[in-house]
Amino acid sequence: MNWDWEKLQQKQKQRSAGSGGGPKPPQMDDIVDKFKGFKLPGGWLLLILAGVVLFFGTSMVYTVDVNEVGVVQRFGKYIRTEMPGLNFKLPAGIEKVTKVKTKRVYKEEFGLSSGTSRAARFTANTESIDESLMLTGDLNVGVVPWIVQYRIKDPYQYLFKVRNVTQFLRDMSEASMRLVVGDRSINEVISNREEIADAAKVWLQKELNEAETGIDIDTVELGNTNVPVPVQDSFNKVNQAVQEKEKLIYQAMEEYNRVIPRARGEAEQTIKSAEGYASERVNQAKGDAARFVAQYEEYAKAKDVTRRRLYLEMVKLVFPDLGELYIIDSDQKNVLPLLNLGEKWGVQK
Amino acid sequence: MKTQYIILVVIVALGVMGFTASAFVVDETEQVVVTQFNKVVGDPITEPGLKFRIPFIQRPNYFLRNIQEWDGEPGQIPTLDKTYIWVDSFARWRIVDPIAFFETVTDRMLALTRLDDIINPAIRNAVTSNHLIETVRNSNREMTTLEEDIDVGDVEVNMGDEIIDPSAYVIQTGREKLSREILRAAQPKLEKFGIELIDVKIKRVNYVQKVRDSVYARMVAERNQVAEKIRSQGRGEAFRIEGDKEKDLKLIQSEAYRTAQEIKGKADAEATKIFADAFNKDPEYYSFTKSLEVYQMSLDKKSKVVLSTDSELFRYLKNSTEPNG
Repeated sequence: MNWDWEKLQQKQKQRSAGSGGGPKPPQMDDIVDKFKGFKLPGGWLLLILAGVVLFFGTSMVYTVDVNEVGVVQRFGKYIRTEMPGLNFKLPAGIEKVTKVKTKRVYKEEFGLSSGTSRAARFTANTESIDESLMLTGDLNVGVVPWIVQYRIKDPYQYLFKVRNVTQFLRDMSEASMRLVVGDRSINEVISNREEIADAAKVWLQKELNEAETGIDIDTVELGNTNVPVPVQDSFNKVNQAVQEKEKLIYQAMEEYNRVIPRARGEAEQTIKSAEGYASERVNQAKGDAARFVAQYEEYAKAKDVTRRRLYLEMVKLVFPDLGELYIIDSDQKNVLPLLNLGEKWGVQK
Repeated sequence: MKTQYIILVVIVALGVMGFTASAFVVDETEQVVVTQFNKVVGDPITEPGLKFRIPFIQRPNYFLRNIQEWDGEPGQIPTLDKTYIWVDSFARWRIVDPIAFFETVTDRMLALTRLDDIINPAIRNAVTSNHLIETVRNSNREMTTLEEDIDVGDVEVNMGDEIIDPSAYVIQTGREKLSREILRAAQPKLEKFGIELIDVKIKRVNYVQKVRDSVYARMVAERNQVAEKIRSQGRGEAFRIEGDKEKDLKLIQSEAYRTAQEIKGKADAEATKIFADAFNKDPEYYSFTKSLEVYQMSLDKKSKVVLSTDSELFRYLKNSTEPNG
């Protein structure tokens, strides 16, 4: 309420000047005396004039920094917006300048710091509502801290359209974020942080535009989203379970891989060996058959003599090595009793 | 000259006095109702700038023209499904009829109390007549509820008396519509105060401590169940692979055996055929030659052979003459 102060000051000034010309005799006399004494025509007036000029003069020149603009009001009415540099305006009381930092990026934190006045208000409550505690669409509770960074895009709107813009921004940020989170599952809240931040930004910007706050959201950034502390353990358990599952599967695969390729090799071996047997068997048969056929063909030409020859050749080979050979006359009957056939056992008996 | 001077000063001073007493400034954010002995005079001033009044008799009453905030006191409200939740809300309002505002509520603090009286019950009514999920959710946007490949099946959330499955529940109202309902309920009641309610928004919704504990317990149970499910899936998968292994092993081994036997059988058959074909030329000759072979193999030192002179070999031993025919 800079303006009020200036106005008041001005009023007081005028009043004191007025009282100077007012109906108070002693003061009047003084002034008259002084006028008499100084003898400087208009000297007194000049002094006042100089003071007034000095006062108004200094209030007519002002500088606007590079990161801000100056919003000028004449008798409270918005007139113009001045760019950075040295600027002039009508003296105080007529025109008033408010500097707004349009280039600066402001930051509001939610659920990250506990220093905000509103958080303090809630901690006084036994059942405090944490800024970052939110209900998700599947009726779970998530912890979502976030930061909003913004700039003042339209200083006119920023100054005049909404009372307590910062508070409004905070309230609307919370409402927007909860609206977005309320439509997402706890899993999405934990894993899709960027998507949520973007959605919240869109909502928030829309609301800010509708309310003509003149604020432009730079970024909405989500901090580390999580579940509340009492539930965190069980969420980790799920991650562990996933690991465990993979481990079990890999172990089973390992066993499979240890056994199956080897079995395939063994099977191959069995088949190959059977094939070997088959070739052997067939070839042997063919060989034997060929030999037989060859022999037979010659035999067929002279059957009788070949038979005899073969028989005798066998005898020739076998007989020399025989243990015992008995030749019995064909007329002799009952030769068997003569033969000590059970010799060994007989002796032993 | 001196008197002229003094008169000039007095005139200027009076002029300045008159000006300051009658002129007043209306800011961009303000509007003014001019009153004369506490009675409203003329139209309210809603345009900013330098304005005038009759000094001492008329008085400007300043009111804000811009959007103001109303911050609701967070309170416990039961929902339709008897779940107690904390609801914290805020609203935006503006003085649209400063005369009515001046006459009925006179200042901001009183206005805020009026807003409390009207908005709080509206919120309470809206929340109480809806399921919790209507307040939480905004649309029927499809949510991916759990890890991509895990299907939890039907999880039912028991909130009080009624059972609601949040993933199957179809939102009829949703938060935005709920806000609009609250606004619609509260707005007409504020018109007589010269107040326009722009919107009412639910800022925070949360479970009360007791409910929160049971929700946490439910979350833990649900997670544990998921963890167990995953672990069990792992075990199941491992068993499946183990089974595959055994199946494949048996298959490979038995197939190999079958193939081997088939090959061998075929070879045996072929060999048999070859032998048969060959030996069929003269079975007698075959048995003769084979017998000779057998004799040759089976007779050795340990053998005792008794032969008659009738035999082919020894017939000459008894009679060397050529047999007659």
